[in-house]
Amino acid sequence: MKIDNSLPLEYSTEENRLKILGFWIFLAAEIALFATLFATYFAYQGRTGNGPGTEIFEITPVLINTFALLTSSFTIGLAVNAMRLGNKKAMLTFLGLTLALGLVFLGVEIKEFFTFVHEGATIQTSGYLSILFSTLGTHGAHVSLGFFWGLFIIIQVSKYGLTPHTANKAFIFSLYWHFLDVVWIFIFSFVYLKGMM
Amino acid sequence: MEFFERFAVPHPSFAIYASMVGIALTSLAIVVGLTYFKKWGYLWREWITTVDHKRIGIMYILAALIMLLRGLVDAVMLRAQLAIPDNTILDSQHYNEVFSAHGVIMIMFMAMPFLFGLMNIVTPLQIGARDVAFPRLNAISFWLFFMGAMLFNIAFVVGGAPDAGWTSYFPLASEEFSPSVGTNYYMMSLQLSGLGTLMTGINFLTTIFRMRAPGLKLMQLPMFTWAMLVTNVLIIAVFPLFAVALAFGAMDRMFGTQFFTIGNGGMDMMWANLFWVWGHPEVYILILPAFGIYSEIISTFARRNLYGYKSMVASMVAITILSLVVWAHHFYTMGQGVLANSIFSIATMAIAVPTGIKIFNWLATLRKGKIEFTTPMLWSLAFIPTFLIGGVTGVMLAMASADFQYHNTMFLVAHFHYTIIPGVVYAFIAGLIYWWPKMFGFMLNEKIGKVSFWLVAIFFNVTFFPMFITGLDGQARRMYTYSEETGFGPLNLIASIGAIGLALGFIVLAYNIYWSTRYMPRNIGSDPWNARSLEWSIPSPVPVYNFATLPHVKSSQAFWDAKTKGHNLFPDKVEEIHMPNNSGVPFIMCVIFFIGAFSLIFDMIPLAIASLIGVFACMAYRSFEANHDHGYHIHVKEIEETEERLRGANK
Amino acid sequence: MKMKWTLLALIFAVATALTGCENPLAVFDPKGPQAATLSDTIILTIWIMLAICVVVTVAFIYMLVKYRASKQSKDYEPPHIEGSAVVETIWTAIPIIIVAFLSVVTVVSLKDVEATPKGYENKEPLVIYASSSNWKWHFSYPEENIETVNYVYVPTDRPLEFKLYSYGPISSFWIPQLGGQKYAMADMVTTLHLLADEPGEMWGRNSNFSGKGSAHQLFDVQAVSPAEFEEWVEEAKAKSEPLTEEKFDELLKTEHVGRQTFTGTHLEFSPAPEGSHNMDDMENKEDMEDMEDMNHDMDHK
Repeated sequence: MKIDNSLPLEYSTEENRLKILGFWIFLAAEIALFATLFATYFAYQGRTGNGPGTEIFEITPVLINTFALLTSSFTIGLAVNAMRLGNKKAMLTFLGLTLALGLVFLGVEIKEFFTFVHEGATIQTSGYLSILFSTLGTHGAHVSLGFFWGLFIIIQVSKYGLTPHTANKAFIFSLYWHFLDVVWIFIFSFVYLKGMM
Repeated sequence: MEFFERFAVPHPSFAIYASMVGIALTSLAIVVGLTYFKKWGYLWREWITTVDHKRIGIMYILAALIMLLRGLVDAVMLRAQLAIPDNTILDSQHYNEVFSAHGVIMIMFMAMPFLFGLMNIVTPLQIGARDVAFPRLNAISFWLFFMGAMLFNIAFVVGGAPDAGWTSYFPLASEEFSPSVGTNYYMMSLQLSGLGTLMTGINFLTTIFRMRAPGLKLMQLPMFTWAMLVTNVLIIAVFPLFAVALAFGAMDRMFGTQFFTIGNGGMDMMWANLFWVWGHPEVYILILPAFGIYSEIISTFARRNLYGYKSMVASMVAITILSLVVWAHHFYTMGQGVLANSIFSIATMAIAVPTGIKIFNWLATLRKGKIEFTTPMLWSLAFIPTFLIGGVTGVMLAMASADFQYHNTMFLVAHFHYTIIPGVVYAFIAGLIYWWPKMFGFMLNEKIGKVSFWLVAIFFNVTFFPMFITGLDGQARRMYTYSEETGFGPLNLIASIGAIGLALGFIVLAYNIYWSTRYMPRNIGSDPWNARSLEWSIPSPVPVYNFATLPHVKSSQAFWDAKTKGHNLFPDKVEEIHMPNNSGVPFIMCVIFFIGAFSLIFDMIPLAIASLIGVFACMAYRSFEANHDHGYHIHVKEIEETEERLRGANK
Repeated sequence: MKMKWTLLALIFAVATALTGCENPLAVFDPKGPQAATLSDTIILTIWIMLAICVVVTVAFIYMLVKYRASKQSKDYEPPHIEGSAVVETIWTAIPIIIVAFLSVVTVVSLKDVEATPKGYENKEPLVIYASSSNWKWHFSYPEENIETVNYVYVPTDRPLEFKLYSYGPISSFWIPQLGGQKYAMADMVTTLHLLADEPGEMWGRNSNFSGKGSAHQLFDVQAVSPAEFEEWVEEAKAKSEPLTEEKFDELLKTEHVGRQTFTGTHLEFSPAPEGSHNMDDMENKEDMEDMEDMNHDMDHK
């Protein structure tokens, strides 16, 4: 394995560079996935049948979630920065913080789902609610998966240290996490804000 | 007992029982055979756990050929039923199951793996790479496809086959109108193989972008690799969308969501929209690689460089873009109004322009050439006039007003078979014969090959041309019977006779593979066709590391220029080569995927959740394993010995 | 090469058969102006396509005959030609011109068939609701107040407006000799403009696969003079039973039936899903108002 020391650790081998490009292409596919969900969401707006519509939204949990996820995007940026400086401890701390914020997000979202269901808005109620739950749920599932992925990276970095391999993983994970944040901004604007206006 | 009742076939017949016995006996024979010849270890070590793109490619093609056989049997059954008016070979339910299976299998489980097989084998060799970017992901792609295909194929003996057509339009495909688990099979098996397809797309795009040989620029890629590039871009653009559509459909059926229901805010036509936003690019995902194959073969056997390289690339890119904005031409009759239909008509007809450019460029490549009629060339040449008919009828269908009279008729059936068989199937067969020596180190017999070619080329027209006429006379597609007074009888009989000839042609092709494997000579050299691109510069069959040293490329037909102008393609010294380890994890993970999908189909949620955890466990295992799995190295001495042996035998 | 000539001959034979009058194909045997427009459009395009096929195939055969290896000297080395901007532009332009022409043809003919036929604009159209159910067609004449199953009578020389919808899977309503087809769907009503300009019997069908029985979802179309049509309506009214809700529900459940005639239409108790989206919206508004009321109530308490 040839290691090019002039580049950051996560880019230092050919394999690592391939993985980063591959992941960008994967993110392109993810964009296509969420674009489909959003397009479908717009098509189903107002198709509420006999069920409730956007009036089920509440602003407080959404703001908490937005805050949690935006902050976590910042902390993971700090984690990558710490990684580039070779500061393993700081990196792990920021990664841990990121995951904690992710957990807050998930907790609030799950509670929000329970409230919806309590108000008689389930995934089976109407076309609109089916796509609403699917869009939010797909994003939420991504965050959940990201949580476990991040956990494994924390374990591996603490176990094996900052190697080209672990650095590469952590960097790719940060791309993923930023992407989820961007998707959330779209959900926040086009689902929640638009719905509550 | 109640638990097992769900696995019973709801509408059994003698043919289905016979298939059950057949499947059981074949499986038994395979198990006994493998045990008797002590091949389990070989199968596991050399094939199931392989991450070598060439072996994965061969497995794809093998699966595709088996699925071709299955699809062909379905087709013959359909034609047998329609041969005469008021026929009773198949009843309505079975006819519906068979034509649904024919469509899904031919497109998703025959054409797609065939494409991936050739893509896997040829692309890395044409760009001078040692493997693909992510060899293990490649194995996962294959096994996901394979499990999807197997899942779809057991449907008709376990629980019931899908019967709503390959398009599976809602509300027909909903729980209410298709209560058997058949459509669940459709949703889950396509989801699995679609996931594999998406991974392949990511893998090969990364490979083509980053693993090209020193000096090989994008605008010097062989046309086949260019076709792969645009194909994979299309895959990444539309397969996520298909995954979403399939998930919606599955959730509607399994969890009672309201996406495509009638009432409660559901929109049945949303499925048609989502399906075709994926489905139309999908047919270009099939045809663009075919265009690439034809470009390679026509240029090789016209003994000339490809005419108009730049406009060939530009036209492929144009087709790629246009293919994304024409989906509504599949339902002009939905009543979306004059304006929308006009726009989609014009966009659709516009595809004729880049396609026309390609046809003219191929003709110009033939001009001033020195044309040799080898079998791959025959298939490629037959493509031009036959596909032309498919193309011009496509333009006719693109005209929304006239389409009101063609839609849902045999005219449409004739049209898409005229595009997809000469366009895709001929190409894949041509590609298979052309690259066969590279895969296996011997050639396929030319004489037998020509017999199968002429059978297919002639009887294809006998089968499908009459359908244009019966379509214009009002014969609707997908109808299991028609009455005597419609007058469709004689032409349908001709079509059915043609189908027998067509099937015969494919059987001769299979026989050719058998015969050639046994009797064709093995010392064919590395370049039996006197071809032009890099894959012909290395030994046949290709050693595991592909290139002993990486080639240095200066033009779009590097190997040809090396031969004629005396460039040295391989100036480097042999060095140690790093290779990835084989792994059983992809296979095991995909088996778990299979179990999960199967349990969802039959609403066994706990098992589905357990499978999901199993899949994640496999991923977690890999995540840790990767820290100390560094692959292995092939030493210089070993490489030199291998090269000496392979090249020496060729002298 | 024999194959290509056989193919060409076949195409010519077919073209002659298509345009010949002996036993014309349904699409080329129009009984009304819409179908005639489509028939003319299709025949025009067939000739254009045939011309394209002939030109390309001749060029193709020329290349194969002239440049095959067996005809050339052994040491002939084919030249390296990159391409030519001029030539490639020419063969980009030719398809563009053809496509442009066909686009105009499409838009013009599309406008024609998607509206009341020309020359009949000031005649009052006959509205018929045609609804599909597993696997029958129901024809409701709201004005005449009668309903038929699996057959339809229409007067000649009067514009027909078929309002299409479905009780279940998507069906496609098609009478090839009167005009093109259109989908009948469950949650909206589509309109198909037809006209018969000569009396006669024709067939119509659901051409869209919609399940087990769709092969048999056919109906008869009888075009008669306006006077005869009036007579038929009177007779139907006099002789048929009224269509009750129970009877209609029972009918919906039956898979296949023969011709039937009723007085009254099912539209009265089972209206077509016309503008149902608007109704949805209205319901929403009501719901929302209710909700708001509830909120107010809660505030007060």
